[in-house]
Amino acid sequence: MSDLRDLYQEVILDHSKRPRNFRCLDASTHEAKGHNPLCGDRLNLWLDVEGGNIKDIAFQGDGCAISKASASLMTEAVKGRPVAEARHLFDEFHHLLTDADEHAPPDDLEKLAVFTGVREFPVRVKCATLPWHTLIAALDGAGQPAKTE
Amino acid sequence: MNMASPALDIARIRADFPILSRTVRNKPLVFLDSAASAQKPRAVIDAIRACYEAEYANIHRGVYWLSQHATERFEGAREKVRALLNARDSREIIFVRGATEGINLVAQSWGRHFLKPGDEVLITALEHHSNIVPWQMLRDEKGIVLKVAPVDDAGELIWPDFEALIGPRTKLIAVAQVANSIGTVLPVEQIVSLAKARGIVTLVDGCQAVPHMAVDVQALGADFYVFSGHKLYGPAGIGVLYGRAELLNAMPPWQGGGDMIRSVTFDKTEYADLPHKFEAGTPAIADAIGLGAAIDYVNGIGYAAIAAHEADLMAYAATRLNQVPDLRVIGTARRKSAVISFVLNGVHPHDIGTILDGEGICIRAGHHCAQPVMDRFEVPATVRASFGLYNTRAEVDALVAGLHKVAEIFA
Repeated sequence: MSDLRDLYQEVILDHSKRPRNFRCLDASTHEAKGHNPLCGDRLNLWLDVEGGNIKDIAFQGDGCAISKASASLMTEAVKGRPVAEARHLFDEFHHLLTDADEHAPPDDLEKLAVFTGVREFPVRVKCATLPWHTLIAALDGAGQPAKTE
Repeated sequence: MNMASPALDIARIRADFPILSRTVRNKPLVFLDSAASAQKPRAVIDAIRACYEAEYANIHRGVYWLSQHATERFEGAREKVRALLNARDSREIIFVRGATEGINLVAQSWGRHFLKPGDEVLITALEHHSNIVPWQMLRDEKGIVLKVAPVDDAGELIWPDFEALIGPRTKLIAVAQVANSIGTVLPVEQIVSLAKARGIVTLVDGCQAVPHMAVDVQALGADFYVFSGHKLYGPAGIGVLYGRAELLNAMPPWQGGGDMIRSVTFDKTEYADLPHKFEAGTPAIADAIGLGAAIDYVNGIGYAAIAAHEADLMAYAATRLNQVPDLRVIGTARRKSAVISFVLNGVHPHDIGTILDGEGICIRAGHHCAQPVMDRFEVPATVRASFGLYNTRAEVDALVAGLHKVAEIFA
């Protein structure tokens, strides 16, 4: 089934099996926990932010392939970038997955565009967005675990 | 398996369920989630439609013929439930929205009234959230103690531990007859008889039992028994609380309103007799009638035939699933009902669920409203295939083929 191959693209499978930045950060300035109660997906996210830039980012946790790959690709996408850009990426990523009108992914999403197929599986959108909600929670320093609800 | 049981004419039965002929994602529907909610036979759908088209009016009120007729149909459904459970009296059958509401009714009426701080409620580690949370709410409100009997690695109750948890303050034992998450059939007969010998009230959650096996509440001796209509091929929104009349009579009403009173003045209200005391407001009339039709349907097939058919499916599924590489069945109790829970090494259940969905196969992936069971077996979630009387060996084959596809994608 072609839809399924759109969802489980090689990049996603690769990052779910070999997640990047999958470790804990000892010297972090920001951290947050994410939990999707529906799936049981959980992750811990750590950030080292210096002068408005995300110097380092890492995560640990357990979840489905979509959530794990999304977290892994997110850490690659935002590492070394200004916080403002990371927030902007979150907005674009969120729109890509949840907007009713299908549109081509903006260029600056780069590799994150592999998640376009998730749009066809509404119950899985939260799996892909959980790491991003957790990132925003960490940056906002809310101290509350990020939820997908 | 009793070989003398009449065999099911599975093609005829499948034709009774209109939804089973539809396709999903251009594939024939393979519905393996009846433990969550079962599909409905035409007889149930027709009974609900006939009610609204020709027999509907509010019950227990009208002096007019149509209301009396609707009342007779509604009370007729109650009698069908009584017969199904072999309760002594139809006044012991309380219509509720589902098993969840039935348990909450017992907790809020019997529990709140009769339990004192320090009194203990004993449940098992296999309970659905609906038989955990109402007691936790009561614990937080009344200061009762909630105790949980452990299960072993097979998912069976550890009897000596269970027995050891019963003490002088144990006032209620509330257990599932069949665990919804992993299918263990609990020894409820043994549990109830032990409880009775010690004067402890019992509640049995029969949600996953009633669709698969004959239940006799008098022989069992349970004080309370609950089940949901929608798992018994009936409508959602209707369920049953059976209670022994002696207990129900002693309990205060739970909800106040119309239909549950004898007389009301601003000074004083006299409550109605059983069962109406616990049925405030207009009930789900058509759904109760639909449940009656579901009971007729199940009786028409017979529990012996259903049990034999489902035992065959379970044995076949166990054999076929054991041949799938890296698959581990969660819950290997000696007595299991129509539920198989499993995990695939390296693939999260939600990914399995999505890929199987692409094949038109409906399974449940998640914690099955039994998170403590997942914790016990140290898995975040499982894939659960559950069977109803309409499932076939071919559908088990489709599941296995789907799992090979999962392995292919995640190879």
